[in-house]
Amino acid sequence: MNDNEREQIEKLKAEESQYEGKREVGEIVEKRFGARASKLIADSVAVIILTLLAVAFMIPIAAVVMNSFKTKSALPAGKGKAFELINKDTYNGLNNYKDGMKAVGMTSAIKNSFLITIIAVIVLIFLTSMTAWYLVRVKTKMTSVIYYGFVFSMIVPFQMVMCSMSLLSYNLGLATIEGLVLLYVGFGAGMCVFMFSGFVKSIPLEIEEAAMIDGCNPIQTYFRVVLPMLKPIMVTVAILETMWIWNDYLLPKLTLPTDIKTIPIAIEACTGSHGVTEIGWLMAMLVIAIIPIVIFYLACQKHIIRGVAAGAVKG
Amino acid sequence: MNNKTLKKYFPIFVLPTLIAFIIAFVIPFFMGIYLSFCKFTTITDAEWVGVKNYIYIFKQDEVFFMAMKRTVKFTILSVIIINLGAFALALLLTKKLHGTNIFRTIFFMPNLIGGIVLGYIWKETLDTITRKLFGYAFTYSGKNYGFWGLLVVVTWQLMGYMMIIYIAGIQNIPEDVVEAARIDGATPAQILFKITIPLVMPSITICLFLTMSNSFKLYDQNYALNGNSKDTRLLALDIYETIFGGNSSTYSEGRGQAKAVIFFLIVALITFVQLRLTRSKEVES
Repeated sequence: MNDNEREQIEKLKAEESQYEGKREVGEIVEKRFGARASKLIADSVAVIILTLLAVAFMIPIAAVVMNSFKTKSALPAGKGKAFELINKDTYNGLNNYKDGMKAVGMTSAIKNSFLITIIAVIVLIFLTSMTAWYLVRVKTKMTSVIYYGFVFSMIVPFQMVMCSMSLLSYNLGLATIEGLVLLYVGFGAGMCVFMFSGFVKSIPLEIEEAAMIDGCNPIQTYFRVVLPMLKPIMVTVAILETMWIWNDYLLPKLTLPTDIKTIPIAIEACTGSHGVTEIGWLMAMLVIAIIPIVIFYLACQKHIIRGVAAGAVKG
Repeated sequence: MNNKTLKKYFPIFVLPTLIAFIIAFVIPFFMGIYLSFCKFTTITDAEWVGVKNYIYIFKQDEVFFMAMKRTVKFTILSVIIINLGAFALALLLTKKLHGTNIFRTIFFMPNLIGGIVLGYIWKETLDTITRKLFGYAFTYSGKNYGFWGLLVVVTWQLMGYMMIIYIAGIQNIPEDVVEAARIDGATPAQILFKITIPLVMPSITICLFLTMSNSFKLYDQNYALNGNSKDTRLLALDIYETIFGGNSSTYSEGRGQAKAVIFFLIVALITFVQLRLTRSKEVES
């Protein structure tokens, strides 16, 4: 091949690529605009569908909020007037809130729910994380029996133990808030130990051994070395247990005496416990029950969503 | 050496949890099995009757079998509806659309509200709807509205939860795989069925079993929405009503506890199947 030929070939190539380039650009523009337009349409349709669905999702809650401000005569029991918009005549101010709270003892129910949830979750996490570390690090027959006992308890539905648990707690004098916390710790231990164990297994042993060689006893090792590493899983477990205990209805219903209420029990008390359902009160109490949950959710949404995804994979 | 020093600390690390566990779970569990063979109203008056409770349930207790049928039907329907809905939502919400975060927040929120509160939130709304559409109260026993209403409520509650798990699964799919398929000319349907679904199979298994066990063990929503009517009871509610709802002269506690044991065996069987399935999947991958 001589220089002349080479030049010609390059010229041809350059021309060709120029044309090709033009053709390609044209195609790309056409394709892009077409694709973009169709993507834009598809996306807008998706957003519209999602918006409608989100509105439908919120309607029941919106209806409850609206109805909580209606007068009693505007809310006859079982007449299906939940969607009638509120007006001047049917507006009742905060009366449903005031009267309802007094009637069902909502103030003390809120206090009890907070107290039980916070104490139970703290005790549960504190104790079960220690237990899980011990069970993973000490390998004997006994520890594996205990570990499998905990794992087994996760598959047992509450209905299986509720009758004997309530009889037993009555006989042992556990019909108090302290007793209820003890029951939560015992019944929740299975899942907590299981989740903590899974995490402890992934912590390298060398760090703990180094601490031990430096003269830490196991308690110091646990609190100074292991515990700080457990923080992420602790957040996950705490969120899952908080959701369970805060919303739990049956266990407190079965074990607490009737004068100590939690929020779900107080809500139930608005309906028919005296023969009449006070719908206005019920609606107002429902709003009060939702508020702490919404605040909790908006405050730690990231952790909750991560915790749920992680908890599902393990459980 | 680590092991031996640590071993002595059993009373500090394990004993407190273990005591609570024994009181709250171990004793009630074995006592529950024992009591299912007894006639009793309290712990002290339990009297051994052999398998009488079980025979009664299998031969005469129609309410239990109706509840069983209803629970199975409910579980199948809710597993299908919730998972299809949740998966569709997850697909839409992983497309980087505007407002994805707000939608995710709204769809997930019902999960945090407990069953009792949820049930009462919906009761009035559903009542209004059935009265407008069919002219009957939502809890009217001649119609099946209670059952379908419960399905709506549980879908509303669980769909967001499953959606979160599906979103996590879909986001874990490496982007270059999807990109490569697209360049090779795969249609969106092909990408969905040949790539997305096979790759989120672990999430699908988890969600199927989570919805299954949640629907099967449903109690709070059933009670709050439908009350204790025999026409709408699921198993968990029937067990509760048999143990605590009867008057003490009929000694129905023992029968209720026997139902609880049967219930436990079914749940254990489902869990066992699930473990086997997920284990074999893990080996494959």
